Amino acid sequence: MTQPVLKIRNLSKRFPVGGGRVVHAVNCVDLSIMPGETLGMVGESGSGKSTLGRVILRLLEPSDGSIEFDGQDITQLPKGQVRRLRRDMQMVFQDPWSALNPRMRIRDLIAEPIKLHVGLSRSERDDRTEDLARRVNLGPTYLNRYPANLSGGQLQRACIARAIATDPKLIVLDEPTSSLDLSVRAGILELLAEIREETKAAMLFISHDLGTVRMISDRIAVLYLGEVVEQGQTEALFENPAHPYTQALLSAHLPADPAIKVSRLVLEGEVPSPFALPTGCKFHTRCPVAIDRCTREVPQAIQVPSGQEALCLRIPDGGNIIQRKEDE
Amino acid sequence: MTLLEVEDLHTHFISRDLDNKICIAKALNGVSFSLEAGRILGIVGETGAGKSLTAQSVVGLLRPPAKIVAGSIRFEGRELTDMPDAELNRIRGNEIAMVVQNPRTSLDPLTRVGEQLARLHQIHSGGPKMASHKRALEMMEAVGLPDPGTRAKSWPHELSGGMAQRVLLAMALMNSPKLLIADEPTTGLDVTVQAQILDLLRSLVARFDMATLIITHDLGVVAHFCDDIAVMFGGSIVETGPVRDVFAAPAHPYTRNLIAATPERFQMGGAKALGGQPPDLYNLPSGCVLQSRCAYATELCQTTVPNTEVAEGHFALCHYAGRLEEQPAVKINA
Repeated sequence: MTQPVLKIRNLSKRFPVGGGRVVHAVNCVDLSIMPGETLGMVGESGSGKSTLGRVILRLLEPSDGSIEFDGQDITQLPKGQVRRLRRDMQMVFQDPWSALNPRMRIRDLIAEPIKLHVGLSRSERDDRTEDLARRVNLGPTYLNRYPANLSGGQLQRACIARAIATDPKLIVLDEPTSSLDLSVRAGILELLAEIREETKAAMLFISHDLGTVRMISDRIAVLYLGEVVEQGQTEALFENPAHPYTQALLSAHLPADPAIKVSRLVLEGEVPSPFALPTGCKFHTRCPVAIDRCTREVPQAIQVPSGQEALCLRIPDGGNIIQRKEDE
Repeated sequence: MTLLEVEDLHTHFISRDLDNKICIAKALNGVSFSLEAGRILGIVGETGAGKSLTAQSVVGLLRPPAKIVAGSIRFEGRELTDMPDAELNRIRGNEIAMVVQNPRTSLDPLTRVGEQLARLHQIHSGGPKMASHKRALEMMEAVGLPDPGTRAKSWPHELSGGMAQRVLLAMALMNSPKLLIADEPTTGLDVTVQAQILDLLRSLVARFDMATLIITHDLGVVAHFCDDIAVMFGGSIVETGPVRDVFAAPAHPYTRNLIAATPERFQMGGAKALGGQPPDLYNLPSGCVLQSRCAYATELCQTTVPNTEVAEGHFALCHYAGRLEEQPAVKINA
């Protein structure tokens, strides 16, 4: 049996913000990613998606729980050793404009991770850099330019080249396409799919764009207030969302096709403050099917017939499905 | 009478380069559209296509080096392009209101929310202050802000993104505008909040019988919230028509590619044919702006392009509109 590349258990991240107040950004998350698998992570802003991605790479220190990477517990690993581990875990950020040093040429930017982690001779490194640039469809003329002379899509390609330079086992992609135009976005997604085929790298794809996530992910985890409220195979989750929040989130997505009917479940109110999390089920303040018990009891993950796991107290009695009003 | 009529609008950025030679970026090239009361028009396009510039031209918010060089913008029959500022100011914020993309930076951080709303009403009504404050509370209620009485006293930094966007909407509605221009009203908001805001917007359009112009790059918003769509590329409206018709049978190659690039339609392996560089606005080709990245382009495309009506109210700016199928597609490398 293959080992998961990444296994996190009971992971929490809290930020103290002075005055004794604490932001509960990530709360008791269990996740695992198998080699070659793409896990899509969706959630609204403030749901802890990016924080979780960063804690996994130890760019932020976890407050609680454990992170196992490639069979090794890295939760307590000293900084120096984590740095060596980064060869195997890379990240692509949302905003390619600010992710690259504006004073370095694209050539040096792509060569940087090779220099740090692989240590080839200069000519080998140059060859590898050009290979990588070709791999991400960045013409050789761009290598001598500075980031300011490239478009957003081209910059994101350079970021991806950097991320795959060291043949990592896990790539965390934090909203890699959300600042790009549609046609450019399509090209980047295609590139990621090809790279996944070729390198068998596992990917954690963080995004709030449901259409994109559905296209690229094998499995999906839905985050709400720092908690994975539902996770499972992409199609199962999209076809039969079990958690009321997932149902509302999916229904709020507007497919770019007027022929697809949408019957939307509009949630009341806004996401509660992560300073003072609701008691019991964290979603009960906005949940249309919440009952009294939800305000007191913390739900445990339950597997539903379609295969995915969800955190909802009403699954056993079948009350977790929100009744829809047809509109239009 | 048509509420808003934009005809053959040309907006250029005129500047001087290092050699003091005049450089002209042709950002809008003959944009025409019209809007009736109670209709929602969605303008889509990629970055730099001229969507926001169109809105800014309409409300007269262009700053040098941007300048309207030709064309006319008529609001209720009144020409806006050569209207003196003082007169324009009586219309802006009053009969024409605008909601911009970034709600947090559009509010004065040093003024309480209710005061900002009331002030806008004061300027145009000149009536008693109390009436303006009352109106502010009413509008805050209309946009679904809970407990408007206390909310009116809050500072902009105390609002979440969704609430700030609601406040901006309330502000736009203060003087019962006839035309509402919303530039990316939900970009940056979460999907569940986006749904709330769009629902609200649509009910307000119906309630106040406003004409609304929504600028967005999200085809989903257009598909489900707009009556008509205008697709922009390289400073021109390349296709326009009722939303359902355009999505069902896009007639312009650019629209086809745009729709094909949405997650719902996108086929892995097909991205290369969809993308390409935006046109160089300093050096536009003669004829069709899309010709360098269009799979159907021929020599004919270097000549002036007719705006062809392919179905009732559905126009496409293409020589081959309505007969693209007969045209052999040549694979080009982007």
